[in-house]
This record gives sequence, C-alpha cells and structure tokens, in this order.
Amino acid sequence: MLDWIHLTVPPAPAMFAQLLVGLINGAFYAMLSLGLAVIFGLLNIINFAHGAQYMLGAFCAWFLLNALGLGYWPALILAPIIVGAAGIAIERLLLRHIYGLDHLYGLLLTFGLALIIEGVFRQQFGSSGQPYAIPPELQGGRNLGFMFLPNYRAWVIVASLAVCLATWFTIERTRLGAYLRAATENPVLVQAFGINVPRMITLTYGAGVALAALAGVMAAPIYQVSPLMGSNIIITVFAVVVIGGMGSILGAIVSGFALGLVEGLTKVFYPEASSTVIFVVMALVLLVKPAGFFGRAR
Amino acid sequence: MAAALIGLALVAPLILYPVFVMEALCFALFACAFNLLIGYVGLLSFGHAAFFGSAAYVTAHTVKVWGLPPELGILAGAAAATFLGAGVGWLAIRRQGIYFAMITLALAQMVYFVALQARFTGGEDGIQAVPRGKLVGVVDLGDTLTMYYFVLAVFLIGFAVIVRTVHSPFGQVIKAIRENEPRAVSLGYDADRYKLLAFILSAGLSGLAGSLKSLVFQLASLSDVQWTMSGEVVLMTLVGGLGTVLGPVVGAFFLTAMQHYLAQLGSWVTVVQGVVFVFCVLVFRRGIVGVIASYAAGRRKPPGISPSALEAVDKPAEARTAAGP
Repeated sequence: MLDWIHLTVPPAPAMFAQLLVGLINGAFYAMLSLGLAVIFGLLNIINFAHGAQYMLGAFCAWFLLNALGLGYWPALILAPIIVGAAGIAIERLLLRHIYGLDHLYGLLLTFGLALIIEGVFRQQFGSSGQPYAIPPELQGGRNLGFMFLPNYRAWVIVASLAVCLATWFTIERTRLGAYLRAATENPVLVQAFGINVPRMITLTYGAGVALAALAGVMAAPIYQVSPLMGSNIIITVFAVVVIGGMGSILGAIVSGFALGLVEGLTKVFYPEASSTVIFVVMALVLLVKPAGFFGRAR
Repeated sequence: MAAALIGLALVAPLILYPVFVMEALCFALFACAFNLLIGYVGLLSFGHAAFFGSAAYVTAHTVKVWGLPPELGILAGAAAATFLGAGVGWLAIRRQGIYFAMITLALAQMVYFVALQARFTGGEDGIQAVPRGKLVGVVDLGDTLTMYYFVLAVFLIGFAVIVRTVHSPFGQVIKAIRENEPRAVSLGYDADRYKLLAFILSAGLSGLAGSLKSLVFQLASLSDVQWTMSGEVVLMTLVGGLGTVLGPVVGAFFLTAMQHYLAQLGSWVTVVQGVVFVFCVLVFRRGIVGVIASYAAGRRKPPGISPSALEAVDKPAEARTAAGP
C-alpha cells in the first residue's frame, strides 16, 4: 500500500500548471455551486439537474456552431438564454407542483430530469466527447516567466470571477436582490407587500439554470462537450456545497475556488488522491464544523 | 398472504427465467434495506450503492482470490458493508434532510473512485468469473435452481430481519424520530444513536444484497458502486411505495422487469427511468403498494379505527393545545 505514496517535490512550472488547472476547475465549481445556492435559497430545492443543465449549455454552444454557424461569443449570450428558458418551463410545468412537499421530493424530481436529459444525449452522442475549438481571439498564450498561461484559461478565470462577483453584487447590493433575500426569509410577507413571489421564483430558477449553462459554454473549449460532463462534476459540486454551506453567496464562490486549488495541489503532490480529496475535505469539515464554513446551523 | 407469496416464490423459477427472478430478489433485498432508512427513519440516502457495491467486491475477491466458501464470502461482504456503513453513517447523521442526501452521495462517490483506482477491484473490468462454489462444502451452487433457492432463502432471512426490526420497540422509536425528532429527543431517546444504528443495519443488509448479486452474476463491477445504482434503488422504493413493507419488493420486480424488456433500447432505459421518477414524484408518491393498501383500507373499513374513533383521539389533543399558554 505504502508504495503508492511517493512524495517528491515537483519542478515549479509543473506545480504552477496544476495550480492553474485547479483554478480553472475551481471557477466551474464556484459558478455551479453559486447557482445551486441561489436556487436553494428561494425554492428550497437542491437542483440535481444542475449538472445536466451545465452539459446542455455546452451542447447548446456546440449546436449553435455546427448547425447555425454561430461562434463562441454569440453562444456565450444565446446558450444561457435558451437553457434558462428551458429551466423556466421546467419550473412552471413541474417544480411548481411540489413546493408544498418535503424538500426531498425536489431532489428526486430534478434527479429524474437529469436522467432524462442525460439519457437523451447519451443516446444521440454516446459517451464520447465532441471537440469545440477555442475562439480565435483567445488562442495562443503568454509566457509569464515562471509558467506558460494560455489566453483562454486566463479568460475563463477572469470571466467566471466577474460573473460570480456580479451575481454577489446583484443579490447583496441591489433592490432586486433585497426582494430576493426577503422572499428567502419570508415569502408570504413579501407577497403581502405586493411583490409577485411566484414569478420571482420562476425567474430565479431560470437565472440559476442560465448560470449553469454559461459555465457549460465556458467549459466547452476546455473539456470536451460530452453527455457525461454534467454528472461527473455535479457530485463534486455537492461536496463543495456541503463544505461551504449554502447560507452565503460569497461562501459558495470562495469555497469553489479554494477547493479547485486544493484539488490542483493534490494532483501535484499525490495524484492518486486528486479525485477523492474534496470528499475527504468534506468528511473533515463535517467532523469539525458540521454546518459548513459559511453555513448557518440548522 | 405471506404463505401465498412464498409459495409463488418457490415455483417462480419453473415459470420465469430463474436468473431474472434472482436478480429481482437481490434488488428487492437492497430496496427493502434502503426503505428501512427512508421509509421508517425518514433519511434519504443517495449513496447506498457504496454498500451494495463494496460488499459485491469483497465477496467476489474473497471467494475468487482467497478461495473462501460462498457463505463466508457473503458474510465477509456484508461485514465490510456494515463497517463502511458505520463510518459513512457516523459522518452523515451530523446533517439532516437535503444535506444528508448530498453527503451520502458524495461519500459514495469517494468509494466509487477508490474502487476505480484500487488494484484488487480490477478497475474498469471489475472482478469477473467469480466461482459460486459449494455451500458449506456440500451443496453445489453452480446449478441455477440450487442457486435460486439459496438466493430465496437469504432474501427471506434479510426480509424477516427488516420486518422484525420495523415492528420491534426499536422500530417504534425510529418511526417516532421520523415523525417528530425534537419530540422523540425530549422524551429521552438519543435520536442520533437510533439513526446511526438504523443506518448501519440498512448498510449491512444492502451489503448482503450486493454480495448475493456478485455470486448470482459471478461479477462485481463499477456499475455496482456508481451513483446510478444509488438512484435505481431510490426509484425502486419510490415506485413500490415508501415506508411500506412489500413496496420495495414490488418496485424491484417492476424495475428489473422493465430493464429486461427495454434492454435493447440502450440509453432510452435511463430516459424511461427518469420519466418514471418524475411521474412518481408528481402524481404517484404513495407507490404501487401504498395505493393498493389505501384502496383496500377504503373498501373495508378496519373495525378498530373508524373516523369517529379518530376524532375522539384528536379531540383531547386539540383541547390540550387550546388549553396551552
């Protein structure tokens, strides 16, 4: 058993490269756990279909390119709108009927939706991935002296940070966000003040789904566009959510990036554990601080 | 009715394809063990494949590589699942509801990755060609009918343990925790201890089912530990009826049959499963057995509990609340 462990100090460029990969993964963890937290805040549903909707975003970009000839930049706008609209339809037609029930039914319903979406795509595309090219504007990279930084990866990190902070700003610092937070605390009272809470719930779900789709489009040139890409990432994101706790938006962002980095570092020092390290961290956090780092105990 | 069902199970391999019935029985035991947790403690575990799959691996490994007889291999598998259940349960009961589901799912995914990377599991290939061996050195399980009756016997033992547990004082306490945990705690019950015990029992019995399955198919593979398996057992229990004794058995037979009939459709099976999931959650939450039971209860009014008797029970409760502060 012990011969698995060979701790050697790797050369610096390899280490920075893995840290970059970790940061990229962290960007996607952050965007996805952010969407999960926003949806959970208002709907009290853990959106199991989030991974499938992330995959839909990537496939939407792929279809836009291969069927309509629309490239990366239009897809970055269109795919979230299309998938978000599909999310709104799901909320209107299905989720609406189960708000009165135990929260677990929300998890089961969205799990069923994830199976349907992934099954359809697996039937059409198998489990192999479709390539999606990096947009010409962002090809190439630059040498930072200590490492080589591909332009597209730099863009993903900057863009996802911007999206996360914009979401945080909208929820914590604007009037719309204030309504949203109020409705999370007490929907009946907010409705009594004349705000259309059901519509707000619909739009919130749509926005959370659109966020997942946006992450999917951004992921398309890095990972291959594959029907399995969603289910691979969603369980890790669940662990991130348990570690961060769903009480705070900032918590979701910080724990997403931090755990991506932890994963990257593990890949440097002990690659065999890189796929399990986030779950180990989750177990440790549960021992020390069961509510999660940023969560409220309940 | 119990006698009729057992009679049916005894002649089933003569009518149906025995391997199909064996598979359904393994999943039925798995679903019953899972139902012990969701139906009677109210905890949704989304990681039961970890126990099912790890027991399958341990049984396959001990029987094939160590050459243990099948009964010891099965015991080893169930014991491994029980220990794993103790660890996972100890961590997971720290959170409730939706978090409990996510934690069990994440820990099960960890088990999946370990199974993918560890050497003894054979990675993508799994452990193949597991010998069924001779039961206590005498009875050859290579014969399909003999194997069938062995599977049936193990299933009945597991099922009896579950029914007995549900109707024991322990079962009453876990149901009380499901209905109102703070109240059960205020009555002096250590809810966490009861939850953990129920979790360990459920994990151990799931392991028993997994061990049995690895002998029936002579195979332990990654699909046994994958999250899709966890989802399937949830679906079986949901279709049959959460919290009913026979529901998981009916659900397991229903879904196994569905998979056999739809096998040539490839990934559409997943789609159909998803549709059944959505349908059950939206309009069929009581499940097959739940609906039949409530229909039967409506047809012939149970003598003890008439609506007026229920009112009489309710009234003092109302009076108590009214008299409160």
